[in-house]
Amino acid sequence: MIGQDRSALRIGVYVCHCGTNIAGVVDVEALTSWAAGLPHVALARHYKYMCSDPGQELVKRDIQEHNLNRIVVAACSPNLHEPTFRRAAENAGLNRFLVQMANIREQVSWVTDDHHEAYVKAQAHLAAAIRRVAMHEPLQRQFVQIRPQALVVGGGIAGIQAALTLADAGKDVILVEREPSIGGHMAMFDKTFPTLDCAACILTPKMTAVKLHPNIRLLTYSSVESVEGSVGNYHVKIRRKPRYINEELCVGCMLCIEGCVFTRARFPNPFDQGLGTRKPVWVPFAQAVPPIPVIDPETCLEIARGKCQKGCVEACGERSAIEFDQQEQVEEYDVGAIIVTTGFRTFDPSVIPYYGYGKYPNVYTSLEVERLLNAGGPTAGKLVLRDGSVPRRVGIVHCVGSRDKNHHAYCSRVCCMYALKLAHLVREKTGAEVYNCYIDIRTPGKGFEEFYNRVQDEGVHFIRGKVADVTPADGNGHLTMTVDDTLLGSIRQLDVDMVILAVALEPQGDANDVRRTFGISCSAEGFFLEKHPKLAPVNTANDGVFVAGACQGAKDIPDTVAQADAAAAKALAIIDAGQIELEPNTAWIEAAMCSGCKTCIPLCPYQAISRDEERAIAVIDPALCKGCGTCVAACPSGAAMQHLFSDEQVHAELEGLMLHL
Amino acid sequence: MSDTPHSEAASSEPRIVAFMCNWCSYTASDLAGTARIKYSPYVRIIRVMCSGRVDPTFVLKAFALGADGVMIAGCHPGDCHYIEQNYKTIRRVAMVRYFMEQMGIDADRLRLVWASAAEGQHLAESIDQFVADVRRMGPLNWSANWDENDQRLEALEDIVQEHAEAMEVQA
Repeated sequence: MIGQDRSALRIGVYVCHCGTNIAGVVDVEALTSWAAGLPHVALARHYKYMCSDPGQELVKRDIQEHNLNRIVVAACSPNLHEPTFRRAAENAGLNRFLVQMANIREQVSWVTDDHHEAYVKAQAHLAAAIRRVAMHEPLQRQFVQIRPQALVVGGGIAGIQAALTLADAGKDVILVEREPSIGGHMAMFDKTFPTLDCAACILTPKMTAVKLHPNIRLLTYSSVESVEGSVGNYHVKIRRKPRYINEELCVGCMLCIEGCVFTRARFPNPFDQGLGTRKPVWVPFAQAVPPIPVIDPETCLEIARGKCQKGCVEACGERSAIEFDQQEQVEEYDVGAIIVTTGFRTFDPSVIPYYGYGKYPNVYTSLEVERLLNAGGPTAGKLVLRDGSVPRRVGIVHCVGSRDKNHHAYCSRVCCMYALKLAHLVREKTGAEVYNCYIDIRTPGKGFEEFYNRVQDEGVHFIRGKVADVTPADGNGHLTMTVDDTLLGSIRQLDVDMVILAVALEPQGDANDVRRTFGISCSAEGFFLEKHPKLAPVNTANDGVFVAGACQGAKDIPDTVAQADAAAAKALAIIDAGQIELEPNTAWIEAAMCSGCKTCIPLCPYQAISRDEERAIAVIDPALCKGCGTCVAACPSGAAMQHLFSDEQVHAELEGLMLHL
Repeated sequence: MSDTPHSEAASSEPRIVAFMCNWCSYTASDLAGTARIKYSPYVRIIRVMCSGRVDPTFVLKAFALGADGVMIAGCHPGDCHYIEQNYKTIRRVAMVRYFMEQMGIDADRLRLVWASAAEGQHLAESIDQFVADVRRMGPLNWSANWDENDQRLEALEDIVQEHAEAMEVQA
């Protein structure tokens, strides 16, 4: 590299206008003619859209006609189009790693209003790329084999859909769900908007299909403890909580629940949002998959205190599925791709004191009302207040926690539609007067606006204004909602006997831990970050990890299912390709320069570096090296080197940045 | 625009070199661009795969070539794409700052910043803050200093040479 014959260098420089994105700020013609005069530059051109076919053709033709042996493209971020120009170079017979990009869009024209400074900065970045590419060397492309199994994390509708798609394509899938049953939030709903499909009718067949699918291994009541490795080869540890009931032996007859010494269910059922009760041995809901109860160790007398008549064991009889001595277990799997579908949680409105949630019993969250309306819920589908009475006047508060700078600045996207659905269902079931208090009604979906019109026609009242206050109207549980009606231009007070808070969707409480486990990022609001919001919406910064559903951002069921299938397709694409290309930016040791000091060895988190005792030098296993370059920076002898990020390359980049201006 | 070294063109604006991790802050800088967040144009960005790749020589070379400030931007502690290499960056930066003081460079001219891939706004603000702080410190002009102090450089080289010989004897 150092002894390279620089006189043979013929660098082609291409400056992209990107329409007006770059050319509107940076004088691309002047930049091109300036670059043409730099050392080793054989030719410099500018073009409207370098990434287009004619732009790529230009590069290919020039390589062949002008014997170019290095290419620099000053355009957008290399994260966007580096592969494009590498491929173009390769198609023209040039090694694809003899290409360098200068980021003059994201890092210059888009972030600077000052045209002169933008030009100077573009010059610096372009000169850096030209100096750097002179130091590039041809490299071999590297590929890694992909294991044909996939892991899906989270058994809501997104995880169910992704797992079924993968399994139907013949791949082995491990589906992990931390609750005792799959189904997620969708299983809690009675109807889905805007079609008013029964949620259970469309979800439970899919849940059963998961259970019966020969290619799916379903691990409920389990969570992913750790993920090691990288795309194609992940080693996953899954922690399985004890159910205290043997999943192989249990037939799902539920006789143990009947047999439990607690004759009355008296513990709050979290699936019913605490509105319903359960026994120590329980299933979240009747259609649970797998249809296997769990025993709660905190409330079970036998487990908590060691003394119980064990009615459950008696009821189970010869099956002997109940095992009080079950222990937590860790199972290990190797997979090639991972789809994270861990969903959302709803906003806790008790932090907004003026809505009175948690203070006045007749203030409910939307999710609680979903359970009350659900035929399988705690009231068997009857919409009644806590005292058993049927509400006559119901107020629905939109945007609780959403579009609120104090809580979540974003719109949760589904609340308007589910609030309309609840308004319809409440009216249908009780005939109550329903008042929807909204900031804006947002119904941008297929059939959504029509549904809004329908609910208006049904006589639901719409009041445009934020609810300021919910206060008790009298001692009988009635409430007064104070709302600033912005269409009427006056403050109104509405007497109601039930308030429903349309709560925001927010990231799961442990989203930050989950993201670390899978090596992905979160956006500012805490949802998992996709690789590109438009062009890679289910990819993440971790190549073999994909995201789908509400864990990536609030979304409704149709969007979630579509995204889950997209993630499954992306996982299938890498699995079926059988191999994936890696950046060849691994580190290596120049044996002649290594003093064997071992400085590098403990720096590597992947144990890729070991000491060859015979030669008394360090050696790096390229299969284990992930290419961070930390050992390269630490080597006191300069013996550790990194492909694509050698000292010479970075020094050349620095010189280009600083010297040509 | 002339093809002449910057030092000849009088400029009172600071020149900053920023090394950014491919996985977080480089992506954040792309995000700042996509979101059209404006920030100081006096920063020049070099992509590395990890903040842990930033060799002390990169920092010193940047100063030697005329940079007035160097920024290293990496993933937040605990979020390193390579498990834990940003912790090694923290330690290395402490060491480089120590060098810098010995060489007569204010250690505050090297700044370590954490910015996740989602924090375009935060990164832009950090750059603006650093540019403002470096502007307050004034130009460094370290390479010009060198020429005036050839003797000091020679003395330093002697020390390095002696040290290297001592190491060889020990080995």
